[in-house]
Amino acid sequence: MNSMRARLLLVLLVTTGAVWFSAATWIYFGTRAQVEQVLDARLREAARMVSSMVTDDRVQLASAAEAVSLPDFVDAPPGYEKQLSCQIWSMSGSLVGRSESAPGKRLADAGEGFSVTEIGGETWRVFTVANDARGVQVMVGDNMRMRERLVNDVMMGTLLPMSLFLPLGALLIWFSVRRGLAPLDAMAETLGRRHDSDLRPLGVDPMPTELRPVLHAINGLFSRVATARDREKSFTAFAAHELKTPLAGLKTQAQIALMTTDEETRSRALAQIAGSVDRSARMVRQLLDLAAADAASAEGDAHADVAKVLEDAVTAVSPVAVLKDSRICVTGAITGAISCDRALATTAVRNLLENAVVHSPSGSNVRLNVSAESGRMIISVSDDGPGMTEAEILASTDRFVRGRASSGSGLGLAIVDAVAKRSSGSLSVANGPEGGLTVTLTLLSQGQESPKGESCRRL
Amino acid sequence: MRVLVVEDDEVLLNGLQVGLGLSGFSVDTVSSCADASAALRASSFDAVVLDLMLPDGSGLDVLGEMRAKQSSEPVLLLTARDAVSDRIAGLDAGADDYLGKPFDLDELAARLRALIRRKGGRATATLHWQDVTLDPATLAVSRAGRSVTLTRREFTILHALMERPGAILTKPALEEAIYGWQEGVESNAVEVHVHKLRAKLGPGVVETVRGLGYRIGGEQP
Repeated sequence: MNSMRARLLLVLLVTTGAVWFSAATWIYFGTRAQVEQVLDARLREAARMVSSMVTDDRVQLASAAEAVSLPDFVDAPPGYEKQLSCQIWSMSGSLVGRSESAPGKRLADAGEGFSVTEIGGETWRVFTVANDARGVQVMVGDNMRMRERLVNDVMMGTLLPMSLFLPLGALLIWFSVRRGLAPLDAMAETLGRRHDSDLRPLGVDPMPTELRPVLHAINGLFSRVATARDREKSFTAFAAHELKTPLAGLKTQAQIALMTTDEETRSRALAQIAGSVDRSARMVRQLLDLAAADAASAEGDAHADVAKVLEDAVTAVSPVAVLKDSRICVTGAITGAISCDRALATTAVRNLLENAVVHSPSGSNVRLNVSAESGRMIISVSDDGPGMTEAEILASTDRFVRGRASSGSGLGLAIVDAVAKRSSGSLSVANGPEGGLTVTLTLLSQGQESPKGESCRRL
Repeated sequence: MRVLVVEDDEVLLNGLQVGLGLSGFSVDTVSSCADASAALRASSFDAVVLDLMLPDGSGLDVLGEMRAKQSSEPVLLLTARDAVSDRIAGLDAGADDYLGKPFDLDELAARLRALIRRKGGRATATLHWQDVTLDPATLAVSRAGRSVTLTRREFTILHALMERPGAILTKPALEEAIYGWQEGVESNAVEVHVHKLRAKLGPGVVETVRGLGYRIGGEQP
């Protein structure tokens, strides 16, 4: 059963019903035992009374049995006065006297004390007293039917209001469960009506204490989604704007090529177009890299071989390095594994190398050093470029923020930063003591530390 | 028509320089707010093409600085941010026109000509002086109904002179009009161009004012 309401209603009804049923059973047996005890005592009293009256000669033997039906003879609930029946038998076995309600047949065969007898379909509870002085037996009996009626009347008095209140109680329970869960319905309705861009916090009044954690959790999620969405929106807007500028450049150069009659101007414009397409392609690739880094799950089971990552990254950068006549020197512990997705790690190192090559003077060395240290793998890339100002370092991982003289997309370090964050690593940027820039990517390493190696490649 | 272009994208900057040059403008280019402010202090321009997102700040700051100094050069904002709200903010900051990237080079040139024309207080695009007609849009010049073919620099000199008939333009002023600072200036270039211009147009249009410079008018044919 999946409905909380139905389950709650059922549980409440079953437990209430069970409580009431066991209470009724308890009362029934309790009352019966009590009634038995009290009425038995009355039987004994009455029998002894009649017997003593007979002994004292206070009444005629024949009419003594009638005394039990007198109202003041014994305390009895109204309607039960005539319940007692009395027979007085001689020792020889003849009926000496009997009360009006007593049957003609002998009430008890046994000697003194309590007994139960069936006479003409009726059950009698009888107390017998032997009066040796007068040579008679006094038998006082209760018709058991009367006793049952008494117990039943008591039970009816209890069960009738109970059974009247049970449906009323069920109705009350159903109503209050409904009222209690109404804020949930209101919340569902509000959420159902919402437009997918509406991420305002949800407020339902009055909100029961039990539902407040749910409300807080939902509102917390809303605010996180709204933040992520705003970031995405501004990112998309930025990306679109960033792509418009190279498009404008392309269009302008294309129009020049179409417009001019001068061969040299045309070929210069076409060369500009080719270069611009390359740069736009790089920017699109970086946007995709960034999207991949953002979308990657933060699971810790990814790992990559450092040597392979470095090899892939260096190979990817080599066309740029060849153009600038740069060398990429790799030093340090270039074996071992890092806990980072291989493609993401390659992207990160590639961007570091690309930045270094682009900002270095032609023909210089870009130095990549790998070192392992207490469970971490430190990959640092140094160049002989102009370095960065303090303000530029602070903004270096912001998306679309470029350096002073950079013609890049402003995404390179943002990508590295995103990869570092995904892999529980870190990124730091610092100017070298003798100029140039050193960017350090620290990632968690996996497995054994490794011997040092060195290689310097002229690409 | 001397134009300052402020844009940080290399390819686009080159495209604007060459493309606007082909449309008869002499173009100076800078790629940062600081350089733009320095250029605007150093020389005067007929119009400014301004990008908004520059590496060292917003083009709107340059615009605000210009307007604060009461300089009235027409400014055309050229930017990737071309939502209506951006356009309104730009125009309210003192810009005269707004063009979103990517744009059409011919449209940009036409808008610049319109801005320059309105600044000069003229309603029509073509310039007339006696029987000489000059159309800045098509770079066409005619005299007495006969079309005259001019080089870009000859055209620029004639255009500068015809914008204010009778006013004397000095040789350095004409040099500035035909060359941006990025181009080298040959020492007697203006004399050479004026000489060729006279030969093509015939006498009575460009007059030399000895020791001062040149003007339109003077001796009648």
